[in-house]
Amino acid sequence: MLALPGIVGYFLWVLGPTIAAIFMSFTNWSLAGKPQWIGWENYAKLFNDFIFKKSLFVTFYYAIGSVVAGLLVSFFWALLLNVKVPGRSLFRTFFFIPSITPSVAVAMVWLTLYHPQFGLLNHIFKSIGLPALRWIYDEKQVIPAFIVMSTWTIGYTITIFLAGLQGIPEYLYEAAMLDGATWWHKLCHVTIPMMTPTIFFNLLMGVIGALQGGFTQAYIMTSGGPNYSSMFYTYYIFLTGFQYGKMGYACALSVIIFAIIICLTVIIFRTSRYWVYYEALRK
Amino acid sequence: MASLGGRRTTFLTGKTVTFIVLVLGSVIYLMPFLWLVRSSLMSTGQIFRMPLEWIPKPFRWQNYPQALTAMPFFRYLFNTLIVLVFVEAGTLLTAPMAAFAFSRLRWRGRDLLFFIILTSLMIPYAVTLIPTFILWKSLGFVNTYLPLTVPAWFGGSAYYIFMLRQFFAGLPIELDEAAYLDGATPWQVLWKIVVPLSKPALITVAVFTFLGVWGDLMGPIIYLNDAKKYTLAVGLTIFRGAYSTKWNLLMAASSVIMIPPIVIYFIGQNYFQRGIVMTGMK
Repeated sequence: MLALPGIVGYFLWVLGPTIAAIFMSFTNWSLAGKPQWIGWENYAKLFNDFIFKKSLFVTFYYAIGSVVAGLLVSFFWALLLNVKVPGRSLFRTFFFIPSITPSVAVAMVWLTLYHPQFGLLNHIFKSIGLPALRWIYDEKQVIPAFIVMSTWTIGYTITIFLAGLQGIPEYLYEAAMLDGATWWHKLCHVTIPMMTPTIFFNLLMGVIGALQGGFTQAYIMTSGGPNYSSMFYTYYIFLTGFQYGKMGYACALSVIIFAIIICLTVIIFRTSRYWVYYEALRK
Repeated sequence: MASLGGRRTTFLTGKTVTFIVLVLGSVIYLMPFLWLVRSSLMSTGQIFRMPLEWIPKPFRWQNYPQALTAMPFFRYLFNTLIVLVFVEAGTLLTAPMAAFAFSRLRWRGRDLLFFIILTSLMIPYAVTLIPTFILWKSLGFVNTYLPLTVPAWFGGSAYYIFMLRQFFAGLPIELDEAAYLDGATPWQVLWKIVVPLSKPALITVAVFTFLGVWGDLMGPIIYLNDAKKYTLAVGLTIFRGAYSTKWNLLMAASSVIMIPPIVIYFIGQNYFQRGIVMTGMK
């Protein structure tokens, strides 16, 4: 049975651990002792956990910012990269390379770009007369800084947008041309409606990814600070489980984010019928 | 005539503007790399100097050997390659097997099971992280490479199975039927007929797998606690902790760790771009 390894793997590494996580979230398992069933206690504790609330806020802030910024920026570049200009494939490579860079190295580079004293961004800011910022070392600036950083690694999103753009039939543009449409009309009435399935896909993947994102940034660049202002959710799970050894509580945290992701996925799917255009579903 | 000429000019200027904006965008997207390489060749004094200098004076090539000897670079590289070889082997063996069974063999419950496996794409890794760790801990395999490599021998990831399945499904089934008539087994059909025709998809999976292992931080942090066993990604973070003021060495080490993914990307570029599209479009 050729599918056996894959199927066994699914139960061993995905379904089994998921069910185990739900069970463990009702225990006070720490690595040292024996687990005890404590019912809903972990979940009750969440309500008084300041860091949990903060990390939820931080993660949503980052997710909304990076998904919206990522979609806009990558759509913009995909539109330009779809124009037949000389050196187009080279341009595509340039925009893609940051995305294959290991996230650890990305974090190291941006650590120096954001450095308050010698960082490139403050050099640029000062040279055009703007005040130097504290970037990731400031409570208010750290998440916007991470959102900016996330728009550097959008190669996959651009590639999928490009594939979507190439799937738009040429005759639609020709028809629009005959009607005397300007490029702006073509964008709003042909390109964007035809791209809604691709936008939908990138939105969904972006939301699921961003809600689990930020671990490397927090681990390497900020340690979740200053004052918990970059305490990304996955980083908090990591700290709770592996630094403080509170496995049961960490599982409760992970079950919450799982539930949130499922709810958002359902909501995004439900609302999609109002704004996503599916050729095949049109009657 | 006049209007035709007018349209042609706007068309041309549209392209020119696009080109210029793309050049500016490329400069912005490549700037961090230039910054990295420039800083990696400077003295720390010159990095901090005001106003900003772009050209290292002198070029301190010795930063590179210094950075690579300051941390046990070759040991980390060796460890990373061990993990990589076992993960690639496992993935490239078992993912095509599953994809083949889900696309080109007929059996009861096939589509239902495939759908169930696809749902795993929605389960965040944060959920499975802790129970999986406890499983490995109770088996006594923490601080070995098994937790990082064994899962790859069970189909790799649902992404890869999905991607390969889509590709396999597009190949003509008559090829298989002809081989079965000649007495071939499914195993032979998979490796002798389907796999050789699926190079683009397999290369894509191999590149994705490489990038995943090369950049993985969470896995090694959780499972390896012996510094001798660290992979490059973890090694770099340790290096940052130990040499937090030697920015030039840190930048040199970071550049080195970036080179293999970029090389691999250029080799597999054409296949790879198509592969991303395959996962994106259903």
